[in-house]
Amino acid sequence: MKATMKFGILVVVIIGTLAWLAAGGIQESQSYYKTISEITKMGQNEKAKKLRVAGNIEEGSISRHGQDVAFTLVEEGLKLKVVYNGSEPLPDTFKDGAQALADGRLTADGTFHANKISAKCASKYEAKPGEKYNTKPVNQKQAGV
Amino acid sequence: MENIGALSLLIALCLAIYSVVGSLVGAIKKRPFLVTSAERAVYAVWLLLTVASGILIHALLTSDFRMAYVAAHSNLTMPAIYKFTAWWGGQEGSLLLWAWLLSCYAAIVVFTNRKSHRVIMPYVNATMMVTLGFFILLVAFVVSPFQVLAQGRGIIAVPDGNGLNPLLQYWTMVIHPPMLYLGYIGFTVPFAFALGSLVMKQPGDAWIHTTRRWAIVTWFFQTTGITLGAGWAYAVLGWGGYWGWDPVENASFLPWLTSTAFLHSVMMQEKKGMMKVWNIVLVSATFFLSIFGTMLTRSGIVTSVHAFAQSPIGKYFGTFLVLFIALVVYLVLDRLDYLKSESHLESIVSRESSFLFNNLILLASCFAILWGTLFPVISEAVSGEKISVDAPFFNRVNIPIGLFLMFLTGVGPLIAWRRSSPESLKRSFTVPTIGGLLVIVGLFALGIHHGYALISFGLCMFVTLTIAIEFWKGSNLIKAKDGIGLIPAMIELTHRNTRRYGGYVIHMGIVAMFIGFTGAAFNKDATAEIQMGDKFNIGRYELKVRDIRVSENEDYMAQHAIVDVFVGGDQIGTMEPEKRLYRSSNQPTSEVAIRRRLNEDLYLNFAGTSGEGSKPVIQAYVFPLVSWIWIGFWITTFGTIICLVPAKMRLSYARTEVVGYAGKNVQVEK
Repeated sequence: MKATMKFGILVVVIIGTLAWLAAGGIQESQSYYKTISEITKMGQNEKAKKLRVAGNIEEGSISRHGQDVAFTLVEEGLKLKVVYNGSEPLPDTFKDGAQALADGRLTADGTFHANKISAKCASKYEAKPGEKYNTKPVNQKQAGV
Repeated sequence: MENIGALSLLIALCLAIYSVVGSLVGAIKKRPFLVTSAERAVYAVWLLLTVASGILIHALLTSDFRMAYVAAHSNLTMPAIYKFTAWWGGQEGSLLLWAWLLSCYAAIVVFTNRKSHRVIMPYVNATMMVTLGFFILLVAFVVSPFQVLAQGRGIIAVPDGNGLNPLLQYWTMVIHPPMLYLGYIGFTVPFAFALGSLVMKQPGDAWIHTTRRWAIVTWFFQTTGITLGAGWAYAVLGWGGYWGWDPVENASFLPWLTSTAFLHSVMMQEKKGMMKVWNIVLVSATFFLSIFGTMLTRSGIVTSVHAFAQSPIGKYFGTFLVLFIALVVYLVLDRLDYLKSESHLESIVSRESSFLFNNLILLASCFAILWGTLFPVISEAVSGEKISVDAPFFNRVNIPIGLFLMFLTGVGPLIAWRRSSPESLKRSFTVPTIGGLLVIVGLFALGIHHGYALISFGLCMFVTLTIAIEFWKGSNLIKAKDGIGLIPAMIELTHRNTRRYGGYVIHMGIVAMFIGFTGAAFNKDATAEIQMGDKFNIGRYELKVRDIRVSENEDYMAQHAIVDVFVGGDQIGTMEPEKRLYRSSNQPTSEVAIRRRLNEDLYLNFAGTSGEGSKPVIQAYVFPLVSWIWIGFWITTFGTIICLVPAKMRLSYARTEVVGYAGKNVQVEK
């Protein structure tokens, strides 16, 4: 057999294996972006999926119970109770009013069990009243890391 | 002042455009004076960008809060060093840094090549200036760092600024962004040379020889930048990991993968005249992925834990990329005749084939990571549903890839060009294979039954032995011939072919890193909400929270948990994880406490006190072998330095020799 043929077969085998692994990995870790309003309207079998929900953390809603942290996400007036019980510490940006992204599953009682939380805080300048620039606002950006 | 800054950006943009036009027209119409003047414009651009950067730095250091950028990213109480680093703390400033660094590179390239490569230099210069012009365009018109705060018609100043994101106030963050930038921007230069040589239909691989050092140095900057980022995530972010497959991390990793593939596959072209198209593809891919990474982190296409901007610059980057990619594709297709391979693959068991697999695997990893990172965008376009994938996907694909790469790292350097006989394979690989298997059996007997971890440790031993044998054989020959000691012989050996032996040292660094990565298979964690004075266990450690203290300074207020650490009843130390609240940004940050040892790190995070009372919540982790990642980085650094030392023997003859003689000489030359 020619070397190029052998090489070609090996390449196909390697790529095939990787594609198979990748497909499995996607199955295992995919989660669906949903808004809170979409979640409230979801059917039963959709609720079993891994979901990713975004919203703002309601002021004063964060509470700790042992290893769990509970809080409420708000988006366009709709609320979602979230319980976090992952092993990673919560990010430093996780605080009242921050934008948060919760990964997890919906439980039967309607609370959302998150195993991963990401958060970013709103910039101070955005919140400050009485300051208007006559150009487009430039301070809404956070430091890119 | 800010007017001068903005004006210098405008003039710099004009000069960059002039430089592009001058180079191209001068080259096509054969007007050397025009080319020279276009090249001199590069120095002027550099000077103007230096002025602009200087003005921004001055404003930051003097806390000129009339300027929007300063007000958003600096404040009065920050130490001067962080005021300075606020230069790249935000979008506008970091794009200015991009432009400035590229102008430095461009000026160096133009200066060092003012007498050489006259044929392709105009195109090299034009390529660099188009890229630079693009970034100047962004900072001059789209995201200006010199915007002032104004109300009505008057310029106003705020009393104090927002301050730099406290998470960025850490020493590795001082050098991490510039390092990454140096790495990414640096690849503009090999890319420009490749393009220049493509345009001029230059035969051979002059562009590779010229840019070899650039490629190694910029690759090293990328490696440094990524490692610093990992070290920062580990020590500052407090989630206990150094890598989370976050889009930003992936963005920085993608060009690294292609540039690593490039560094390997150029050897194929130098020695055998193969893979010419492929090398151009790789160097272009590295350049495009660098730009793409900047776009990804700057435009908010994908969400990330790194709080980055939602801004309009995405479409500018998109346009830039599409146009440039189209140009490269056209040039390659048009000039395929000049890029014909000079030899072909003869055997599957050969150095050539190991390089091909190395490239295949690196690119497969790159593609998988890119796919995973863009999955939300792709799935939304295809099915209308935004779906994201995270760590399990990336790990599943990349762990086997990493192990296969490790295997190739051991195999590649020892098998001969063209083809290897079974006898020579046996000779080279008996000892390393036995060593690797012994490690696997030994660890299995000790109770480690994690499949990937066993394979990884076995391969690490395998590679270490192949490298050690290479050094041992070579230096013994010199020792016998020159009658010198083993250590001087080893230095002599390395000095004769710095690139080869420096490369081996870099491989050793990667082995050490893999040992560190493999340790992650044995991570332990425990979260405890405990009474003051009570103990809890993690691994072999017993932890007791003795006290909580409060301290403050002008920058932040802090709570420290004083944790005593015991092993087997004996106290081995006290650790103080800390929670800070920065005054100006009102943002809390966790300062973890890490007890670093070669075998494992003990890592404590003070998560605060629980809702009902003053019970401290401590998150404890044991991370085995993590330190080897940083050790591996230092070994890699050392290896890179060796690579950059000029070799005693010229290397360029190797190609004719390999092609000319088969058999006996082949194994000696790399």
